Amino acid sequence: MLIEQLIVSFIATACFSIIFNVPRQVLLQCGFSGAIGWSVYTVMTMYRLDAILATLAASVVVAVISQVFAKWFRRPIIIFIVSGIMPLVPGGVAYNTMRQFVQNNYDLAIPLAARVVMLSGAIALGLIFSEIINQMIRNAKWKRYQSKFDRKGITRS
Amino acid sequence: MKREYVVKVCLLAGKIMLQNGAETYRVEDTMVRIAQAYGFEGAQSHATPTAIMFASDITEPTNFVRIVERETDLHKVSQVNSISRLISAEKLIIEDAYEQLTVVAQQKDTYPTLIKLLAAALSSGCFMIMFGGQWYDFISAMLVGGIGYGMVTYFHQLIKVRFFAEFLAAMVMGFSSFLLVNAGIGGDIDRIIIGAVMPLVPGLLITNAVRDLMAGHLVSGITKGADACLTALAIGAGIAVIFFIV
Repeated sequence: MLIEQLIVSFIATACFSIIFNVPRQVLLQCGFSGAIGWSVYTVMTMYRLDAILATLAASVVVAVISQVFAKWFRRPIIIFIVSGIMPLVPGGVAYNTMRQFVQNNYDLAIPLAARVVMLSGAIALGLIFSEIINQMIRNAKWKRYQSKFDRKGITRS
Repeated sequence: MKREYVVKVCLLAGKIMLQNGAETYRVEDTMVRIAQAYGFEGAQSHATPTAIMFASDITEPTNFVRIVERETDLHKVSQVNSISRLISAEKLIIEDAYEQLTVVAQQKDTYPTLIKLLAAALSSGCFMIMFGGQWYDFISAMLVGGIGYGMVTYFHQLIKVRFFAEFLAAMVMGFSSFLLVNAGIGGDIDRIIIGAVMPLVPGLLITNAVRDLMAGHLVSGITKGADACLTALAIGAGIAVIFFIV
């Protein structure tokens, strides 16, 4: 079950990256970050955790992977983040919301609309959270080490 | 003379990024960085999804660019990003920067339309499985997803109103999935449709809107959210119309 979801989400994310014109050299990496994010989400929902919590955790994981990939492959981080959160974004729920609205089922549409807001808020929160942690690490510890090396005459790579 | 050139470079960089799906705060940040690298310390910029305003200093005249078309092309965003990094590292003189940005602006898509269509079809099928569908619906979800993406591209060239193009495409998708289910090829029509609309629905736009709101860019957050709501409404209405008729 999990293997199936992993493969399917990998293909789906890589295909979405093609629609978004991601450069050919990093297509596989984009698919990888999407697949990892989706498997975190699937495992957490399998253990009956709330979908919003699972989305938050998955988006933090995607953001961390994207930061590593951005450093590693020297591409802007937006490429990996956009592809990685693709399986998590509440597109299907948004469509369902609007369909219920149009079919006059307002009582079904309102909870779905709240769900869209909560899910997208969870993704945004996860991304911002990992960005802030990354900044804190860079500003506090890393800089001190770097300046120490600089004083000894070792240049930064 | 130099001031004009720097303003031109900044506005062009901002325009390319905003047209191709970069977040608002990233656009503003890049423009100010470029200006500072060329010696304009007090540069100000304000970007919304429909326009960019930029001034090289507080007392200087403000310049303005209108953004009409918006799409997602991460290759261009990444190229502008690397150009702006070179500028920040003072490795690129301003004439070269302008030339390179013009090349990026006129670039064609990285992938041909046929490849994109196949990718959209394949991802529709995969999304259907991810949302709990069965494998025997895979082919129908792929077919409907491919048709939907092709239709939206075609109608978008034909009709300049995006809302209407998406509405028509959703109608075609609803009808074709209805036909497939009636012909016995597809099983669960709801799962097929939800997988097939994934390449069109604005999930990413909604997330970006919330992200902009959290970062304090209230104007662009609200406008992006409205844009996303309209797109979702168009698709939902298109499908619902078919459900009403048949």
